[in-house]
Amino acid sequence: MAEARPQTRRFRDLLEDRRFLAPALITPAALFIVLLVGAPLVLAVYLSMTDATAGQLTGKFIWFHNFTEAWHNDNFRRALRNTIVFTLASQAIVLVGAGILAHALVRPFRGRWFLRLLILLPWAAPVAVSTIGFLWIFDSQFSVVNWTLVHDLMPGGGHFYLYRPVNWVLGGIDHLPWVHVGKIDRLNPPQWLGQPTLAMLAIIFVQAWRILPFATVIFIAGLSSIPTEVHDAAKVDGATGLRKFWHVTLPLQLPIATVALLFGIVFTATDMTVVYILTSGGPFNSTHMLTTWAYQTGVVSSNLGEGAAISLYLLPVLLVVSVLMLLFARRVEVS
Amino acid sequence: MWSTLRERGVSYLIVGPFAIVLAFPFYWMLVTAFKTNGDLYNLDNVPFTYHPSQAAVGEKLSFQHDHWLPFGFENATTSHITFIFSDTNYLRWVENTAVVGGLVVVITLLLAVPAGYSLARLSGRWGQSVGVGIFLTYLVPPTLLFLPLSRVISKLGLQDRLWSLVLVYPSFTIPFATWLLMGFFRTIPAELEDAALIDGCSRLKALARVIFPISIPGILTVVIFSFSLCVNEFVYAITFISGTKQHTISAGVPTDLIRGDVYFWQSLMAATLIPSILLALLYNSFLDRFIAGFTGGAFR
Repeated sequence: MAEARPQTRRFRDLLEDRRFLAPALITPAALFIVLLVGAPLVLAVYLSMTDATAGQLTGKFIWFHNFTEAWHNDNFRRALRNTIVFTLASQAIVLVGAGILAHALVRPFRGRWFLRLLILLPWAAPVAVSTIGFLWIFDSQFSVVNWTLVHDLMPGGGHFYLYRPVNWVLGGIDHLPWVHVGKIDRLNPPQWLGQPTLAMLAIIFVQAWRILPFATVIFIAGLSSIPTEVHDAAKVDGATGLRKFWHVTLPLQLPIATVALLFGIVFTATDMTVVYILTSGGPFNSTHMLTTWAYQTGVVSSNLGEGAAISLYLLPVLLVVSVLMLLFARRVEVS
Repeated sequence: MWSTLRERGVSYLIVGPFAIVLAFPFYWMLVTAFKTNGDLYNLDNVPFTYHPSQAAVGEKLSFQHDHWLPFGFENATTSHITFIFSDTNYLRWVENTAVVGGLVVVITLLLAVPAGYSLARLSGRWGQSVGVGIFLTYLVPPTLLFLPLSRVISKLGLQDRLWSLVLVYPSFTIPFATWLLMGFFRTIPAELEDAALIDGCSRLKALARVIFPISIPGILTVVIFSFSLCVNEFVYAITFISGTKQHTISAGVPTDLIRGDVYFWQSLMAATLIPSILLALLYNSFLDRFIAGFTGGAFR
């Protein structure tokens, strides 16, 4: 016992030493990440340069053949374009929606608890099963949206059809090159998941619907972190309404908005659940994203190497976006 | 007086429409869950109310004598809801989801709290870079990782077992948790710790006795966020596990309630609605503390 004591003393000193303690505390987490993200990532990069097919994780080394092969596929080009449109459009909706909602929800009012509960529902629901709810809402025959569009909504047969004003709006935008949805009539309600443009719109809507609650929560966090002195100072300077929003609230909100946007972009670009369940890339491969196209190529068509290569196209883009946004968030904070 | 009334009115006007759009799918699930097949698949019926129909096999009209019910609810059935409890492993999936979520949260905290603390306090400039580096691993898409990972899982003999998910899920919760806690620990004044150190505490003791209690909001944020990520996860849940008893909600509901081309719509809706409402209630009651955790953390 007497001999053991200096040793425990030395161990204790070691625990007080930053040079030892700092790495010691990080190592478990870092090791976990290296083993479960780093190593598989390296293996995936290796796979992307081989002609591996289903069942085996090795193959002939073919350098960047898979990358060029993927690039020259029309479906890949379209998936790339879709991913960009999908991510930007859904996040634009989320950013605007969450900004407005957070401002209205940050102050307490009667009934806020209940309204907040309703707003949180899409975040709480497991996304795979809530998207099945949308499969039912957008069903080709029994869609409730279509029922509402093509049935007489005026009680007692007063003849009010919602599709008429919708058609009027559509008439105004139908000449745009990417619309092509055609007019709605009572016998041809829109096929939300069966027509390329509508299917993209549906996917974007569901993704925005799903991310919006969480973004709102982050925005509320950002708003409530603005010290009350700032509001008082703004009041003293006579800044109200839009002026105050533009010169006081918005700049203070920017870092947090950037972080919310960053999360949204990563969630949207890397997760295939919504697309996979709503359309699985259809109709006619028109709504594939990079993630679902990679899954289709790598798993369904069992072309592992090319599937990995397709997924890898996503990584550098996300990397650049994230680094820029993190730098921006810090820059704004410092100034 | 008038100004507060007006303010409240504005709040309702803004929040109301959002709440309607965001919650409509759940209202629709509720309406659908109680429908009989004959009512559901009759295009002549108004879909918002219940109508008499030829009862299908196994459908019991539970409310048929209650004519005072609105929306024709006497024509509704609970058979499709009880179906998920009697004829599928639904309760098992709920339990599995809770177990996986709980274990992953524990693992995440055990690894991320020390790492976040170390990055915030002990390491100098390089801590910042390591922190960003850990966060960036979050960017790697699961579609890229799940093939190599499924190989690892089968090497370890974990395929078709919940442990595979417990092992893999922390790979996406730890990066976020570490990053958030790092920010949170930075906001705690160093003097608090120094005082404890001067009083003769060791660093680890100071971490446990002084820092940890103040950090509860940040830790709660991590708990809720990690748990919600686990509940939402779909790709790994469906590829690593094929036995129905070991599924989580996200994997079990689509595989067992969609059989070929046949969608058990009412049961699917009920199976979605139940966990969604429970989790929303849970998140809502912790929301203010969740927000406090975020403001203290990620943005400093």
